[in-house]
Amino acid sequence: MSDGDPSVAEAHPELVQLLSPEGERVAHPHYSIDLTPDEFRALYRDLVLVRRIDIEATALQRQGELGIWASLLGQEAAQVGSGRALAPDDFVFPTYREHGVAWCRDVDPLWLLGLFRGVNLGGWDPNAHNFNLYTIVIGSQTLHATGYAMGIQREGGGPDGSYPGAVIAYFGDGASSQGDVNESFVWASVFNAPVVFFCQNNQWAISEPIEKQSRIPLYQRARGFGFPGVRVDGNDVLACLAVTRAALARAREGSGPTLVEAYTYRMGAHTTSDDPTRYRLASDLESWKLKDPIERVKAYLVRNGLADADFLDAVQAEADELAAHVREGCRALPDPEPLSMFDDVYVEGTPHLDRQREEFATYLASFEGAR
Amino acid sequence: MPEFKQFALPDVGEGLTEGEILKWFVRPGEPVTVNQTIVEIETAKAAVELPCPYAGVVAELHVAEGSTVDVGTPIITIDVDPTGPAAATPAAPGPGADTAQPTPELTELASVAVAAPDEPVEPGLIGGPAPGGRTSVLVGYGPRATEAVRRPRRAGGAGRPPTPSAHPTFAQPPMRADAVREAHPPLTARPNGSGNGNGELLAGGAVLAGGAVLAKPPVRKYARDLGVDLATVTPTGPSGVITRADVDAASAGGTTAAAGGPSFDAARERRIPVKGVRKHTAAAMVASAFTAPHVTEFLTLDVTPTMELRDRVAALPDFAGLKVTPLLFVARALLLAVRRHPMINSSWDEEHGEIVVKEYVNLGIAAATPRGLLVPNIKDAGRMSMRELAGALGELAETARAGRTTPADMSGGTITITNVGVFGVDSGTPILNPGESAIVAFGAVRPMPWVVDGHVVPRQVTQLAMSFDHRIVDGQLGSEFLADLAAMLRDPGLALAWS
Repeated sequence: MSDGDPSVAEAHPELVQLLSPEGERVAHPHYSIDLTPDEFRALYRDLVLVRRIDIEATALQRQGELGIWASLLGQEAAQVGSGRALAPDDFVFPTYREHGVAWCRDVDPLWLLGLFRGVNLGGWDPNAHNFNLYTIVIGSQTLHATGYAMGIQREGGGPDGSYPGAVIAYFGDGASSQGDVNESFVWASVFNAPVVFFCQNNQWAISEPIEKQSRIPLYQRARGFGFPGVRVDGNDVLACLAVTRAALARAREGSGPTLVEAYTYRMGAHTTSDDPTRYRLASDLESWKLKDPIERVKAYLVRNGLADADFLDAVQAEADELAAHVREGCRALPDPEPLSMFDDVYVEGTPHLDRQREEFATYLASFEGAR
Repeated sequence: MPEFKQFALPDVGEGLTEGEILKWFVRPGEPVTVNQTIVEIETAKAAVELPCPYAGVVAELHVAEGSTVDVGTPIITIDVDPTGPAAATPAAPGPGADTAQPTPELTELASVAVAAPDEPVEPGLIGGPAPGGRTSVLVGYGPRATEAVRRPRRAGGAGRPPTPSAHPTFAQPPMRADAVREAHPPLTARPNGSGNGNGELLAGGAVLAGGAVLAKPPVRKYARDLGVDLATVTPTGPSGVITRADVDAASAGGTTAAAGGPSFDAARERRIPVKGVRKHTAAAMVASAFTAPHVTEFLTLDVTPTMELRDRVAALPDFAGLKVTPLLFVARALLLAVRRHPMINSSWDEEHGEIVVKEYVNLGIAAATPRGLLVPNIKDAGRMSMRELAGALGELAETARAGRTTPADMSGGTITITNVGVFGVDSGTPILNPGESAIVAFGAVRPMPWVVDGHVVPRQVTQLAMSFDHRIVDGQLGSEFLADLAAMLRDPGLALAWS
């Protein structure tokens, strides 16, 4: 196991880690990963760009351009690692913080910003990206994911009993206390649904620490439901990639659900409306800074000659460009047509809804200068 | 050509209405880059730093440090093209004057959400009045109701849509009351005081057309405790809600539910005049509990090393004749911890708006006496040696027990220990001695199973509880103080390092 971080290793003997906080490769008996230099560099690029999107969005909120933003700072590796483990036909059910997974599914960050700016309700086509809309209600997406996975089951698998794709449900440590999440565990387990439960344990459910959420490590809960659970270093992109790949493969081959607990830390506030300095100690933050998910990949790349200054500069330049795209794009996001809110409620209209639309249209037309 | 952009104070926390400018990090004439931190503001929720939305040169700061301004007020103007010839001057700050403001479309949308002034919206509907004059949002209490700028309506009412009241199912309060009534119609007859608590939910109508009484659960309980029938109370709260004050007024007016007669047996009650120490204690506790916002923290710890040390100290010739109690060690450790965290030993001076940090410690010890609870204190305990402290503690206890504690003994305390452990109690949530900012409750020390190096072994375990005045002491300071205190009791050797 890791010799890099005694505090983590001692407290969590089961933690899967493949890259230590110092950027040293670590061997693990059950999980291994063999990446090409290009793949290593691509992961680094993902991590840097995703963090940059997040930082820019946080700044835009502070400038009044977004109503609120849920930062993923510190959770880049958990999201990029799991996001890059997905096969094209796998389907994602995110929370409202999965900006890194959205990135891996080619969802333009401006769609995410539109939601937080209040000019759309998500807006991207979930089926075009195999990435469902953000779910604000805590934990309910685990039920949707399980139901979707059961749908895949009912459509049938190949001759060997395997399925063309698996489902992954994201949630957090706080959601693990929700009834929805526990119900989805029951259903996924007894129906052997092809779903991976990916829990980013960032230690804080807003201001509630994980000690108040669970008496045992979260991954051990899976055992009580009858499927395996594994805890992975959520700041280690390699371990997250390897563990999620294995869990998805297991789901696709018809062996049922897995709970992955990515052990990480929310470095920022719960959302821009929250002030974490009121309930947690600065020293915790300091110790987690040493486990930064990006720095360890950078250290590994540089030490092993996989990246030079030109590459790092190029990624930085790309991040700046992306930030400008996010910034300018955000300000240019069009306001929606008021009547468009009726468009996607149902596939077809209903008499009740049609009447409401009519009434609202009449109301809008009652103003001077209305079209 | 110079091009000026204004940055208006944004709502950084979902529904904030104003913010105080704490500190500017830039001055006029200085260059700024996008996302450079330019100002720190404090809102009702947090102090936050704002990044600059534009690159350029600071032309003007519109708001001075220390001023509180409404969200939407321009706070800074930036010249985003400073190399051009000076032609225009910054536009005068005013709402709606700049690009950082909500776009016109957004403003229009916002105004669509509220009804025209001549069509009052019913309480509970979106845009309608909400309790406290605020509008419900997801987090916090929401913005105060403000004067919305409304779009002019076309003349005549022909084109108007139906008012929201045409859809009564959206009006939440009446719907809820009706639903409850339908489900449990007969309960209204239940006499007060003998019911199971649900009766009041439905007791006759105050204002709402539906006839149900509106009051929050704590007010309902309060009324029940006072024996006030809510149906007889005149509500003054918004939307006809009965407030605590209304219940008080009804109670004072003698409109209690006497109809069914008292359900208690006065003969089996004993009435004790409140006087002396009881009266003083009651006044002090009420004053403390309702002026100082209390926070209580708990910590369970293994004090076996301290108990072993106590046995050794008690055997020392120096301490012959002195009572060497566990309390002595807690007191000693507390005094050392105060030295490490002086702010804990302070008081709140409301009149002068100051926090008084005391460089001396008058250590209060809560004592149960025949006269009641007394809190005499050991003057300048911080300067005492362990032996002197042992003597002072013994003397204080003797004096209290004999009922000879003087008012002077009890005045001027700066921090207090309450030794609830002597009653065999584990812990509690102590109330601050008035004028002090911390009190520590020391629970019973008892042998308990404890995990040492992965094995469960019997150890001497106790619990510390500390309440502190949150106006002065933040969670971090309180926690660190309590942790230091506990650390010395777990490992008394630390006292050598910290004394």
